[in-house]
Amino acid sequence: MTFGGMAIALVLGLCLALGRISTRLWLRAPVAVFVELIRGSPLLLQLFYIYYVLPAFGLKLTPIMAGLLGLGINYGAYLSEVFRGGIAAVSHGQREAAESLGMSAGQTMRFIILPQAWRIVIPPTGNYFVSLFKDTALVSTISIAELMFQGQLIASDTFRYMRIYSIVFVIYVVISIPASMGVRWLERHFNRPLAR
Amino acid sequence: MAAPIIEVKSLSKSYGVVQVLKEVSLAIGKGEVVVVIGASGSGKSTFIRCINGLETFQGGSILVDGYALTPEGRGRRSNVADLKEIRREVGMVFQQFNLFPHKTVLENVTLAPIQVRKWDRKKAETAARSLLERVGLRDQMHKFPGQLSGGQQQRVAIARSLAMEPRVILFDEPTSALDPEMVGEVLEVMRGLARDGMTMIVVTHEMGFAREVADRVVYIDHGRILEQGPPAAIFDAPQEERTRAFLSRVLKH
Repeated sequence: MTFGGMAIALVLGLCLALGRISTRLWLRAPVAVFVELIRGSPLLLQLFYIYYVLPAFGLKLTPIMAGLLGLGINYGAYLSEVFRGGIAAVSHGQREAAESLGMSAGQTMRFIILPQAWRIVIPPTGNYFVSLFKDTALVSTISIAELMFQGQLIASDTFRYMRIYSIVFVIYVVISIPASMGVRWLERHFNRPLAR
Repeated sequence: MAAPIIEVKSLSKSYGVVQVLKEVSLAIGKGEVVVVIGASGSGKSTFIRCINGLETFQGGSILVDGYALTPEGRGRRSNVADLKEIRREVGMVFQQFNLFPHKTVLENVTLAPIQVRKWDRKKAETAARSLLERVGLRDQMHKFPGQLSGGQQQRVAIARSLAMEPRVILFDEPTSALDPEMVGEVLEVMRGLARDGMTMIVVTHEMGFAREVADRVVYIDHGRILEQGPPAAIFDAPQEERTRAFLSRVLKH
């Protein structure tokens, strides 16, 4: 779930970021509105909207699909701002050097800007990854048998709240601590050629 | 002078209300080395950045080997196809080197020939090796730019520019960001290029280099070409009062 949502978010985030820095107004303006709408509303509302409102327009999704899509879109919007910042942080001279060598805008983005921006955005992207993992709990509210949801069921069944929620807590921590360690490893890995 | 390879006519450029270039005209012959001097903010860097389209302009025209750059229209460039050709023919070396930090020295030099000129890797690497040999850095080609000194980085940048086999190279204060002891090695490479007949426009504060290597020295003052001529004429017998004042400031030390 987390990985699927992150995959959608990464792809969507990159597309939105590129759209938002486009010189074409017809592309830039709607993308900016979309990103601000998503960032300005709660994830839970977006999930409900996708699952309960979209069927009215003929788009009926399974709970898992809706959850993936909701998380992907929500995190995509946030990540697009991270990516946009990363792209802007690559020095202007890099773009000029590439252009003066005759490279097209697309080649400059692909070979020069994005590889450098990518290293800049790894730490914040990793943080989003970890928090997306935690947000998958929200998805249980649209009836996915998620950890929290299952925990709730068992707890209300057995009244052993402390034990059940402690177990849920431990499961979360056991998964998310290695995840954030993984993020740190990724950071080091991708920073190597620059650090030398 | 040989047939001009670059013809700049009445070039005017403003940033908002500030006019930085006022009707600048200059023709540069094939194989000519032109050194542009002037105070900071005189417009000399802006001038050469217009020639390869890094800056747009509002008036006049630029012709490079038959390809034309025209003033910007309503927020749009008019001549995308010509700009592309001009960028293939005109190389540029920057004050801050602007090497690609995530690529090795060799990759810095081969990237554009492979992507823009569609050379195969082998051909591009063979050419890159001999260019790196020429700038004296063949043994450094698997390092990253961050591992090199400033002077070495600038020599790589020159090799990177040469890899596209340009007909003209623009130098935008190529030694201004270097420690003094590294200036010489970069100027030496540039001298070699001039000897081999490369057409060069060099913005610099290195007056010794200008006197020795330039075919022509152009003095830009407040966005205008105030005076130009052979180095001996400009340095030893400047006609304009402002040229004299500028030279006495920069030659004092």
